[in-house]
Amino acid sequence: MTATVLQAKGITKEFPGVLANDHVDFDLREGEIHALLGENGAGKSTLMNIIYGLYNQDEGEIIINGQPSNITTPNDAIEYGIGMVHQHFMLIPVFRVTENIMLGAETLHRDKNRTPPFWKRGIFEWVRQLDFLERRAVTKKVSELSHQYGLDIDPDAIVGDLPVGVQQRVEIIKALYRNAKILILDEPSAVLTPQEVEDLFRIMRELTSRGVSIIFITHKLKEVLAVADRITVMRAGKVVDTVIPEESNEQKLASLMVGRDVLLKVDKKTAHPKGDVLTVSDLRVVDHRKLDVVRGVSFNVRRGEILGIAGVQGNGQTELIEALTGLRPTRSGKVILAGKDVTGKPPRVVTEAGLGHIPEDRQRHGLVLSYPITDNIMLCTYYLPPFAKGFTIQQKAVDEVTRQLIKAFDVRTPSPFVITSKLSGGNQQKVIVARELSRPVNLLIANQPTRGLDVGSIEYIHKEIIAMRDRGVGVLLVSAELDEILSLSDRIAVIYRGEIVTTVDAKDATREQLGLWMAGAKPESA
Amino acid sequence: MDWRRFSFIALIIATLFGIVVSIGHEQTSPAIIITSMLATTIAVATPLTLGALSGVYCERAGVVNIGIEGMMLSGAFFGWLAAIYMNSVFNFSTMPSLLIGVLAAMLAGGAFGWLHALLSVTFKVDQIIGGTVINMLAIGITGFLNRQLFFEKGSIFGGQVPHAPGVLPRIQLPILADIPVVGRVFDQQPIAITAILLVFLTHYILFFTRWGLRTRAVGEHPRAADTVGINVRKVRYANVIIGGLMAGLGGAYFTLESVPSFEPLMTNGRGFIALAAMIFGNWTPIGSWAAALIFGAAQAMQINLQFFREMIPAQWAFLQQSYIVGLAPYILTMIILTGIIGKNVPPAADGLPYEK
Amino acid sequence: MPETEEKKTKPQSFLSGVLQEAVSGSVLVPLLAILTAMILGGVVIAMAGGNPFAAYLGLAEGAFGSAKAWSETAVWATPYIFAGLAVALAFKGGLFNIGAEGQLALGAVVSAWIGYALPDILGISLPPVIHVLLAVGIGMLTGAFWAAIPGWLKAYTGGHEVINTIMMNYIALNMTSFLLNGPMKDPSPTNVIARTPLIAESARMPVLFEGYRVHWGFVLALVIAFLTWWLLQKTTLGFEIRTVGANPDAAKYAGINVKRIIILTMALSGMLAGMAGTVEVTALNYRHELGFSVGYGFDAIAIALLGKTHPLGVVLASILFAAMRNGATRMQFLTQIPVDVISVIQALILLFVAADAIVRYIYRIRAPEEHLTLTRGWGG
Repeated sequence: MTATVLQAKGITKEFPGVLANDHVDFDLREGEIHALLGENGAGKSTLMNIIYGLYNQDEGEIIINGQPSNITTPNDAIEYGIGMVHQHFMLIPVFRVTENIMLGAETLHRDKNRTPPFWKRGIFEWVRQLDFLERRAVTKKVSELSHQYGLDIDPDAIVGDLPVGVQQRVEIIKALYRNAKILILDEPSAVLTPQEVEDLFRIMRELTSRGVSIIFITHKLKEVLAVADRITVMRAGKVVDTVIPEESNEQKLASLMVGRDVLLKVDKKTAHPKGDVLTVSDLRVVDHRKLDVVRGVSFNVRRGEILGIAGVQGNGQTELIEALTGLRPTRSGKVILAGKDVTGKPPRVVTEAGLGHIPEDRQRHGLVLSYPITDNIMLCTYYLPPFAKGFTIQQKAVDEVTRQLIKAFDVRTPSPFVITSKLSGGNQQKVIVARELSRPVNLLIANQPTRGLDVGSIEYIHKEIIAMRDRGVGVLLVSAELDEILSLSDRIAVIYRGEIVTTVDAKDATREQLGLWMAGAKPESA
Repeated sequence: MDWRRFSFIALIIATLFGIVVSIGHEQTSPAIIITSMLATTIAVATPLTLGALSGVYCERAGVVNIGIEGMMLSGAFFGWLAAIYMNSVFNFSTMPSLLIGVLAAMLAGGAFGWLHALLSVTFKVDQIIGGTVINMLAIGITGFLNRQLFFEKGSIFGGQVPHAPGVLPRIQLPILADIPVVGRVFDQQPIAITAILLVFLTHYILFFTRWGLRTRAVGEHPRAADTVGINVRKVRYANVIIGGLMAGLGGAYFTLESVPSFEPLMTNGRGFIALAAMIFGNWTPIGSWAAALIFGAAQAMQINLQFFREMIPAQWAFLQQSYIVGLAPYILTMIILTGIIGKNVPPAADGLPYEK
Repeated sequence: MPETEEKKTKPQSFLSGVLQEAVSGSVLVPLLAILTAMILGGVVIAMAGGNPFAAYLGLAEGAFGSAKAWSETAVWATPYIFAGLAVALAFKGGLFNIGAEGQLALGAVVSAWIGYALPDILGISLPPVIHVLLAVGIGMLTGAFWAAIPGWLKAYTGGHEVINTIMMNYIALNMTSFLLNGPMKDPSPTNVIARTPLIAESARMPVLFEGYRVHWGFVLALVIAFLTWWLLQKTTLGFEIRTVGANPDAAKYAGINVKRIIILTMALSGMLAGMAGTVEVTALNYRHELGFSVGYGFDAIAIALLGKTHPLGVVLASILFAAMRNGATRMQFLTQIPVDVISVIQALILLFVAADAIVRYIYRIRAPEEHLTLTRGWGG
């Protein structure tokens, strides 16, 4: 029996209106990978942020190496040898790798083995803030660590220029640099290709073999079964159970996670696609730095089918969709929507040509969070009847339509006048879906439609998307979740570095093959 | 600082100098005009330089500071007040009075810096509104005290402005100031010299020390800084207060170095121009200084043209109107802000309160 | 859902919204902010050797003590309402117009010029109504044009409107100084002040009651306040302005031409500010004089914030500020406290309104439901 390095006992944390952690018990043994599994909002991140000192618990205690600890700030956690790799990387894009790694644990010039002169001691300690930063020692230690653990990085690179997979390694080295013995990985696989995930698992095993203990937070069932030594499942702020992978399977874990039986497969009939609704030919788009990010993309979407675009985040999907919907100018190429040339046209023209758009970032593009639901329902068509008559808004009509849509799309809210930011993520997304699907549309573009939602909302939105397809609407689905692409799409296009690598029938697609293409492998020419 | 900006700055300054030389060369030799222009440029750029440094400290830590104007104004008033108080009430001699004045100016700026930090860091007030509050408060307080202390009978100074202790004397930099003709450039008053030293000191602090690394981290990505144990609140407070000290010192220039008197609203928008200089300098100390020199040169032109007023050719008659020539810094500021001379990239978290 | 539940969150109407907010604390907080600022102001007055109670009593007497005092308060309130609406409207569109001062100065200069010079240029005497409309209208358009420039710069170059409007204040100030000291200076031999000649009788707006200075401009201000509310809350253009202000990305997604709306919002804001200047010329001073504006444009920021950017709130805040300015003379006469103390109190009001967290902390009031988005740093 190996030693328990970390134990959380009865952790309770309440946020206004939510009991995020309700008497949570959790323990981590030396050298193990302990997965923490749960839906979005189950309280996993809250627990980890408490362990890492970013939040302070209302109740409960954390015991490290058998000693009760008092962690109130990340500094305390670092002292106890805890390191954390956050889901959204805590790296400063404009800094170099070394600067990011040393931040908060800087080495100063002439620091080594020498007592500082009297004018830099005691009450004058702050003067050392102005000492010359020693970078060479950091570079050396970073190189050593990267060799030791097989984490290949260039210490002098600017972090913003590195691919996400490499940035993640920087985060891991950052923790190791601080002598972390307990490593928390928060949803580390969300931004990686299946091959990169394999690589991450290899690194994780390498770390545990050297005595590092890992807490692995995820909501992906396949991954926990592949890599974890033990699995703790959380639901609604409580620990439901702790199991070992050998005695469990996806179906069991899913039921534990959601609290009821879940259909892992989406139920859908075969598609009966008709003529093209969207034709994109040789589209080129540049990003804000004027770099080519969409490089000659051509594809088509037919009425009554779902075309899924698979790819790792940051391969041009965002810019592609923004260009199609008129939010971003196109450089060249042609976009035909329902027989109308909408290349480079403003969003209003594209919307009027029959586009429904569930945007990637719902809080930034899809909603005005400070508005009541009513105003968000009329957001795209506020100037058209029944919402407007001439240039005056018809508030009665707006209220009426909103009430109907709230009912039809099962938005959980006490009233149509609730401020949208008060709704849960799932209900916010339903407001967008209600608005975009209640209009007569020819094409629906759904970009990451279920990211960060609970399973109930995911199931609902999947059902609505398929219903749209069955009504003869063309659907363009973009998702970083390969499972979502595989279960919804009729055809799958793989995007890599701004180019469509290949388009295949969903029936013939396998995870492994898609993963290779997403990582840049060339399809064999048929 | 990219070469494009740098050459733009050099070009503008050369043009402004060229105008004065071409008008005045018949009366005075170009070498003397240029040295005089240079000396004036450096002197009048002083408050702008210090104001811009104030902005650099605040905004590198992620706090937008449009309150520089108010911090400078309060520095100008309280510095002056302290100096004449020491001089006329405690009968201190000139130099100690003036030095205490400079200290008081910095403290006044620092106090407003603290208030700005309190508003934007602790109370998470919209930072631009917070800066406006600072400006209005500074205008109100200095205006009221100026009236109350110097124009009301019952006050300590008996309702009149006492004799002022004068301005800070010039310091001739050894050797450099003895060079013929250009020596005048190195013959400056202490705040002007300090400002230039502070530019390079700030550059060192910002890019080569732990303080600077942490400050920039907090301005770019406060959450990342928080996760490695940096106290975002403390770093922001410290930098905004330092920014206040800088602006206060810039304010001291007006009443203790430029002229020995105070007038309400005497900073006259310099704080905002300093902010523009900081933006054009892309939030770097040396860049901000270079940009401040443009405005200095524009003002130097306005001052020097007055000597050559009669010599302005008829087709350039508009240059006789100081109202029109005086527009140059404002219009320049607006051109610079368009970004046509180069994109300005603020620190990523500039202006955003940090929510845990 | 039951009706009663819905009522609570029903969108605000002109009056009921304010009444409802009174309960939730959005009116309570500004009132407490005023109270706190007055208490601190009282400390300042006491330190200056005055009696705060006597001072405030004098202030109230000067502002509301007689019919004439009421009239003068209304006269002071008129430009405040226009300028306050200007700043408030810009805030609704996510823009911070610090340039009301310059916009109203130029509006005033131009409308003064229309007032005194146009009949001579045209060689005819204009009918009164037409001449007033021309003077006011062109003054408004001048303000709109002046504000549209930083609007355009914001929309197309990203140049931040805060600095640009401030720069344009200085440019406007220099321009009016140049004009009033030169080409537009009152040529009468006795005049030594930088001011324009008196405008023609036909360009003057009449007073409301004989013997009092309160004029139709005050009524106009109230009407415009109502129209501003109607525009913002009840029209598609208002929806566009508010959406761009609340979330420009979502506005773009919704098919709103964000650049156009930014320019339009600034133009409308400048138009309101221009009205502040033009009404002062056509209804009160009958000429433009250098330094006639005692910082209306800056007080307008405090007024807009104090009024929570709601037009009715702006009207009430304007009357408060007007009362303070108007009563200050009486206060100075009675207690020898300089009128400048009003600027301190007003700045304190702005402080406590902006940092409502301080007020909430002092009086233990819970946090607001929704935060007012005003500006968004340099990036926005």
